[in-house]
Amino acid sequence: MKKIQILGTGCPKCVALTANAEAAAKQVGVAYSIEKVTDVNEIVKAGVMLTPALSIDGKVVSMGKILSPDDIAKHLGS
Amino acid sequence: MKRELGIATALVGVFLFAYFVPISDERVSNALLEAFRMLQWYARNHTLACVVPAMFIAGGIGAFLSKETVLRHLGAQANRFEAYGVASVSGTVLAVCSCSVLPMFAGIYRVGAGLGPASAFLYSGPAINVMAIFLTGRVLGYDLGASRFFGSIVLAVIIGLMMEFFFRREERRRNESFIDMPEPPPAKRSLLQTVLFFLAMIAVLVFSDWSSPSQTMIERTDGSRMKVSVLLETTSIYRVQVVEAVGNLSKGTKQDIPKSEIRVKEDTTPAGYERSAWIYRNRWYFAGVCLAAVLAMTFGWFDGGERLEWMNQTWTFAKQIVPLLFGGVFVTGFVAALIPEEAVGRLVGGNSLSANLVASVIGALWYFATLTEIPILDSLLGLGMGRGPALTLLLAGPALSLPSIAVIYSVFGWKKTATFVGLVIVMSTLVGWAFGAFV
Repeated sequence: MKKIQILGTGCPKCVALTANAEAAAKQVGVAYSIEKVTDVNEIVKAGVMLTPALSIDGKVVSMGKILSPDDIAKHLGS
Repeated sequence: MKRELGIATALVGVFLFAYFVPISDERVSNALLEAFRMLQWYARNHTLACVVPAMFIAGGIGAFLSKETVLRHLGAQANRFEAYGVASVSGTVLAVCSCSVLPMFAGIYRVGAGLGPASAFLYSGPAINVMAIFLTGRVLGYDLGASRFFGSIVLAVIIGLMMEFFFRREERRRNESFIDMPEPPPAKRSLLQTVLFFLAMIAVLVFSDWSSPSQTMIERTDGSRMKVSVLLETTSIYRVQVVEAVGNLSKGTKQDIPKSEIRVKEDTTPAGYERSAWIYRNRWYFAGVCLAAVLAMTFGWFDGGERLEWMNQTWTFAKQIVPLLFGGVFVTGFVAALIPEEAVGRLVGGNSLSANLVASVIGALWYFATLTEIPILDSLLGLGMGRGPALTLLLAGPALSLPSIAVIYSVFGWKKTATFVGLVIVMSTLVGWAFGAFV
């Protein structure tokens, strides 16, 4: 079970990243849960200043960009 | 669920509007016409030369400038001069999307350079992005564009320093959970190349957007002549402002003249503006040369992936901003036609201290979607708002709104939030007032 978190205040970029993350998880075929973190304080606590950021199992893997589904799949696979 | 609820509310809203709008009422049908006029004015005059190039620049900033490099200067170790300097101007490159400002602000405050630079960044960040500045200059006049840019930067530093001073005792050691400022990716180009690339893009915008310094003499079919500046041009009418009083029209009167009634339209540019007028006539050649330079650099210095990333970013902005801007223009045109001119004049006309204060408070509380503050002000200025209060609203507007105040409160606590809001309102009022007295 992979825990995917999207950190961002909710602008269109975060929506795009969420969609890509879901596509990637389906592509890889792992069980996953997806959560959006929109509270600024939580985002900063996770060590993120550039949104949208992607975190997998509590580890931030990218900040400030919209990763493609293929890139996210690589992170999910490892 | 929340999203579906939003859609439902919007549908009900549109339905109620369509059901109840008194379309045969003359004022309402006039307002609808006015809304379309304003939309056409934007489409014809502000879109191709200003919004489109600005969007490519914003996309380029998102794709090619390393935000990590900038943020490093706002980390805990940065010295104060550096931190204030970077915080107050970095909005131009960091905050192309206003929703990304708040996490950066919280980060700078919590684990980075501290209260002062964080406040400075929060204040200037959303106001000085490339698109906002160019569109302000283009639509509202270069005096307001330039004052908005420099006013925001200077006020940012002042407000930051004051915040730090007021809360100097409370500036205890903040939590130690030090954020590793993200490692900047290795540079693919020299700084000079990046600078040249952005300068060339901005030059395209400056030239394509060069405004005519002209005054126009209009002779109507009935033989009357008047000296005017053209405010708005659509397919069928000119809206003009009278520059010299004629007959019963006093200076400053605004009037719609159908194009069919105009016999001669003559350019009477005052002396001294020849050079500017010359650039205006040849602006497409200059812009073309700069554009060729941009294209050459794009294909010489960037690889295919980067070009794709640039286009993706630009498209993201376009999707986000174009509906807001054009929707905003339309709604503003409609609403402005229904607002009585005297009411605007009474509240924010002239340049009294109270007019500036009202503009400041409205700006601080109201939420302006990205760039819509510009058409709104455009309409308000047409209804008689003073230029001083207009600048005040531009200075207080983007940094604050009720929703953003709520987020700032969750980061800062009420004391600092109240102080920050108070400072923004007071300082914006004073600067707008001074500007209004000056112009």
